[in-house]
Amino acid sequence: MMNRLLLTTVLSVGLALPAIAAQVQLGETLAENQEYTYWLLDAIKSMDPQINTDVEGSGIMRSLFEGLYNEDQTGGLVPGVATDHELSDDKTVYTFHLRDNAKWSNGDPVTAQDFVYAWKRLADPKTASEYAWYMELMQVKNAAKIIAGEAPVDDLGVKAVDDHTFEVTIEAPLPYFPKMLTHSSVFPVNQKVIEANGDKWTEPANLVGNGAYVLKEHILGEKVVMERNPNYWDDANTILTKVTALTINDENAALTRYLAGELDRTQVPAGQYPRLKQEYPNEAVSVPQSCSYIYMFNVDKEKGPAALQDIRVRKALSYAIDRDIVVNNILQGGQAPSYNWTHAATEGFKLPEIDYAKWTQDERTAKAKELLAEAGYGPDNPLKLTLNYNTSEAHKKIAIAVQQFWKGVGVELTLNNMEWKVHTDKMQNQDFEVARYAWCGDYNEASTYLDLFTSYSGHNNGKFFSERYDELMKQSKTAADPNPMYTEAEQILAEEMPMAPIYQYTKVEMIKPDMRGMGLNNLMQNWYLKDMYRVAN
Amino acid sequence: MFSFVVKRLAVAVPTLLLLIVISFLLMHAAPGGPFTQERALPPQVLANLEAKYGLDQPLWRQLVTYVWGIVAHFDFGPSFIYKDRTVNEIIAQGFPVTLTYGSVSFVVAVIVGVTLGVAAAIRHNSWLDYLAVGISIGAQVLPNFVMAPLLLLTFTWWLGWLPGGGWEDGQWQYMVMPVIALSTSYMASIARLTRASMLEVLTSNHIRTARAKGLPERHVILRHALKPALLPVLSYLGPAFVAMITGSVVVDFFFSTGGIGRAFVDSALNRDYAVMLGITILVGALTVLFNLVVDILYGWIDPKIRY
Repeated sequence: MMNRLLLTTVLSVGLALPAIAAQVQLGETLAENQEYTYWLLDAIKSMDPQINTDVEGSGIMRSLFEGLYNEDQTGGLVPGVATDHELSDDKTVYTFHLRDNAKWSNGDPVTAQDFVYAWKRLADPKTASEYAWYMELMQVKNAAKIIAGEAPVDDLGVKAVDDHTFEVTIEAPLPYFPKMLTHSSVFPVNQKVIEANGDKWTEPANLVGNGAYVLKEHILGEKVVMERNPNYWDDANTILTKVTALTINDENAALTRYLAGELDRTQVPAGQYPRLKQEYPNEAVSVPQSCSYIYMFNVDKEKGPAALQDIRVRKALSYAIDRDIVVNNILQGGQAPSYNWTHAATEGFKLPEIDYAKWTQDERTAKAKELLAEAGYGPDNPLKLTLNYNTSEAHKKIAIAVQQFWKGVGVELTLNNMEWKVHTDKMQNQDFEVARYAWCGDYNEASTYLDLFTSYSGHNNGKFFSERYDELMKQSKTAADPNPMYTEAEQILAEEMPMAPIYQYTKVEMIKPDMRGMGLNNLMQNWYLKDMYRVAN
Repeated sequence: MFSFVVKRLAVAVPTLLLLIVISFLLMHAAPGGPFTQERALPPQVLANLEAKYGLDQPLWRQLVTYVWGIVAHFDFGPSFIYKDRTVNEIIAQGFPVTLTYGSVSFVVAVIVGVTLGVAAAIRHNSWLDYLAVGISIGAQVLPNFVMAPLLLLTFTWWLGWLPGGGWEDGQWQYMVMPVIALSTSYMASIARLTRASMLEVLTSNHIRTARAKGLPERHVILRHALKPALLPVLSYLGPAFVAMITGSVVVDFFFSTGGIGRAFVDSALNRDYAVMLGITILVGALTVLFNLVVDILYGWIDPKIRY
């Protein structure tokens, strides 16, 4: 059902809007200057779609390359290199029809063979891509075996039927498969260019892409400069002429440079949104972003603290956190207080009735005290715990607040600040009691969150285990409509509380008021340069 | 003199080797690795990565391979994090930047610092002295991570005179704020060292003799007092020069200069082993080199020193 719906959406959008690039609205006049400069926190680690791992890099990948599908302003799928697809009756074979006018920036046509090459490259152990697992997550046939070195790369379930027909076979039906195609790790790459230049193929002089922009300069720690790709199939409808991404490691320095007119888009540092919103009401924006911030409990039977084995204790700890103070007084960027795991705005996801979300904080605190007393903790026998968090001003402030909240219910919390890699390493070895954690969705569907708490997930650092939960998540993979299962899974998380949800992210930014097409209503915050333009005031 | 230089350079080789071994071991002893990340990699994917970068080998073999790569091919290995680049490329891009703004900062710090110090000493306990001491103490207590954002606010946002960051192949507008931020505290130290040592020299016998001979005060200061007064300053300048040309995290951090200071700290935090070692070796080699240069300069300034 889900699948057919998606398919028809894709088809109808494809037919209704032959030009999917920048959609200039009626009555808007384009500005003369169509250059755009935006902020990057860090240097781009790689320009190779199969090697890149971070969000900032993905933005650049979406500009230099184009996958089968793109996302529109609200995150819906629109044609990219593929115009549409068909799905076999058993829902395991996808046949994509590629447009015949798609070209590489060197003028070569983009063919199904390019996708076959790129997908095999992602799975190939020789490439050693950190995102190889994504191919496994997509359930592409034989991907897991190839990554493990148990099958040759050529066994991957991908095939070029002809130049413009790309066929993918997956292991089992996967309702959200098409949504996963907008991820940059499955973008095509040009085999000839890679083979001719080896590791140097991503240098500006060598890089050949099929996106709306080409790479002009890439200076580590300073900037990335991109210009229009005249060979892009929809170049006629692309507007921005030159795009510069500046690496500025300090977000306050970036804000200063934004205010001085050097940047068109930058992030607002924690706590500064209210002031900026007042001073620059047309520029300060806060929109939901698909990430969830939690305190994870270590419920591992051997390595976790005994106290956290008790569901009453875990509930009490979660109840005692005053999320309103965290979002309104500490973060102040329009973040949403959170009582569950999956970001509430995730497409198709329906939140269960979570009882404590509706209580007042006083009720929650009273209940927390009651539960702790039941569990045998009190003034003479206070519960002592340690919280691990990685270095960051915001994490620290939240940790101090939570320390106070928990003190209010008689819990002594020791704060343990550590460097990022140490924090991660300890979490992954269950060497913690309570740990700060955050997760951002890979695609706009609840399983990207909920899979994490299955016992077989590699990310379930607190070692939560619920038989019913695992069962639900397994069933959801083949269900026509997995959403009721997701709702039930969330209910289990609320009842067993393997973590304390704290807040759900917003993206808080300053954007020049003449910028359009920024994709702010896309929960994944995936923007496309080809959709952006500047209007004349 | 020649044999002294040769001897010192010969000692430098085992010193650097020791530096490599210790850094290498310390680095691997730190928890986590280059591929440790919030989303734990599936074991198979991690194994493929470690195989590609040779991290699955025993530690001693990794060390030997690494050192051999340097000795035989001058190859410092690939970056584990910036996977499109080698360590050689990262240093080749960042070091010239750092070297440029570091050298300019050094020259500024020395000229301003020595001038302030000398002026303060010869006008001891006058308003000039108080002003110079005031400036240098102020400059020393104002850390550059406070000064950098203040400079940005003043020159970029408020006055709009200077671009807020970037390097653009070292055009002067892009260098002004980095140089001020980097040179100030060194300048302050140099000024105070110069002043203290100048004051001491000015009370010594040979200065009294020079004055008794009726030499003009200018000659007394420049020919007779300054040279000996600079000896303690010089021993400070060697390491200071190396520190300045091997980068400032703060400058790279706030002004997006793309130098190796930021790359160094980044590599440590990211466990980008090869980049971290590469820059450590560079800093180590430069330190050895400039300590030697300082020792040679000693001999020139003070003929009593013989090697």
